[in-house]
Amino acid sequence: MTFTRGVSIKRWFDLAWSGLLWGLMILFVVNVALMIAAVATNSFARRWLGTWLPEGWTTQWYTAAWKEFQLDSILMVTAQVVLAVVLLSLLIGVPAAYTLARRNFPGKRLLLLLFLLPLMVPPITYGIPMATVLYQVQLAGTIYGVILANLIPAAPFVILVMTPFIEQIDPNLESAARVFGAGTLRMFWYVLVPLLGPGILAASLLVLVRTIAMFELTFLTAGADSQTLVVALYYAVFAAGVRAPQSVDAMAMVYMAVTLAWLLIALRFVNPTQLVSRVKENPQPA
Amino acid sequence: MTAVSHHASREAVKDDKNMTTASHAAPRAWFDPALWLVVPAAAFMALLFIYPFLYGLALSFAPKEGDWLANYTHFFTTDNLWPTIATTLKLALPATLINVGVALPIAFKMRAKSRHQRWVTTILVIPITLGTVLIAEGLLTYLGPKGWLSQFLQYFHLYDAPIRLTHNYWGVLLSLIISGFPFAFLLILSYITGIDPVLARAASTLGADSRSQFRHIYLPLLAPGLAMCFCLSFVQAFSVFPSAVLLGSPAGPTRVISIAAYEAAFEVYDYSLASAIAMIMGFVQLVIVAAVLALRGVFYRGPVTGGKG
Repeated sequence: MTFTRGVSIKRWFDLAWSGLLWGLMILFVVNVALMIAAVATNSFARRWLGTWLPEGWTTQWYTAAWKEFQLDSILMVTAQVVLAVVLLSLLIGVPAAYTLARRNFPGKRLLLLLFLLPLMVPPITYGIPMATVLYQVQLAGTIYGVILANLIPAAPFVILVMTPFIEQIDPNLESAARVFGAGTLRMFWYVLVPLLGPGILAASLLVLVRTIAMFELTFLTAGADSQTLVVALYYAVFAAGVRAPQSVDAMAMVYMAVTLAWLLIALRFVNPTQLVSRVKENPQPA
Repeated sequence: MTAVSHHASREAVKDDKNMTTASHAAPRAWFDPALWLVVPAAAFMALLFIYPFLYGLALSFAPKEGDWLANYTHFFTTDNLWPTIATTLKLALPATLINVGVALPIAFKMRAKSRHQRWVTTILVIPITLGTVLIAEGLLTYLGPKGWLSQFLQYFHLYDAPIRLTHNYWGVLLSLIISGFPFAFLLILSYITGIDPVLARAASTLGADSRSQFRHIYLPLLAPGLAMCFCLSFVQAFSVFPSAVLLGSPAGPTRVISIAAYEAAFEVYDYSLASAIAMIMGFVQLVIVAAVLALRGVFYRGPVTGGKG
């Protein structure tokens, strides 16, 4: 008798516990969704004061935001920065990842620590001394400064993502290429790069999504004509008193559309957990 | 077996290289040419990460006026500077505890690979990629005095007074939870799925229910991962900047240390003081991280996968 009652109390407790967890999760997701919906509604609102829904709908805020914030040039700068960061971080990161995956050498652990640090230390902490140096050499305030600053977390990130992809490629393939007389460069280009295709794609998409959303480093190094979308959004919210809140929200929607579009593309090729941590599971072979 | 063949082929590659280099003028046979591949990355990091850091450290001891410690004495004696440490900790510690504390049981519940695991992780990655600036703007609209939350509470008479969740401490705390909770969840989930489920299955054949599996198998194995997750979440929360400015009251209760550093650098143009504040910020983070990692040493260390034997 007492035994069955003990079991039923336990089952009741388990049920309550998982109900609580699911409840918290749903509360979180619903509130985030409503937050995004509020921005979207406001960006299309004609007048919206203290009612559930606005009095009328309009798209005028998008044209207003496009003109006010000069979104075309901002989007252009964002595209240039992101493209440069992705290409350069691959160019720097993939060869380094190759050596780290294949070779053992004295000082390897120290080097790994060096590549891990920028992902552990938050951007604001190292960004301020770095921006100071970039201002000394007069690179800050230009698009080149923004690209260099964004490469600091991007290049080590590529190394961390690529290393497991390289580790699972059979070294015999490289030996075979060498037997047939391929030099390091030809071996790299004709054997490794095609085999690493999925890994390179994953790494570049992850860097791309992270660079679009990277606020702090861009904020610290950007000048008036080298702002990316997220920094322009910050200034728009910061000076919110001057402009209509709907127009700021329209800008936020443009930012959200750009980020989410690339996120959706990225999620076709990578696991969501890869955005926050290094690859744990074995990557799919080519 | 694969390990042996890898090893052998690696030797073969090395021999091959040695031969080619030997046929040239033989520049130092012990230096593996493949190491050149890592040089650009290492040089880049040295130039843009290590050098600025050391430069900032040196600069912080070369103040505009006064002796070499003047920046630090200035920081700890000025009324709108030294309290920023406590202000930041008051935001970062509760946010981190909530994020990790709530993420752990939920991630544990979803440890089995399933359809809704994929869905939940996909949904939760959205707030992370949107970033803190968008979350700040969204919360300003959503939580504002005329926003949906306030209307909802008043409509159902849950709370009739006007709610004040923006431009104060609570707004910033909420934004830290919105961006930090998914991060903690995804990180813990990737640690939990890295633990071999065979271990838990072995425990369950011996009669362990899910709670004692958690306590005796998962928690000890997770300890290093949890410590890491706590550190990363804390460090992110500690450097909160955009939401503290946009969603908080940057002159008052959410004047965090990164605001102080930013003002010193870009409003007063005192790079020396700004570097000093950045160094203090890094130091406080280091102290907390070291404390958490020392605590982790109390727990089990070892492999997280079951042996095949």
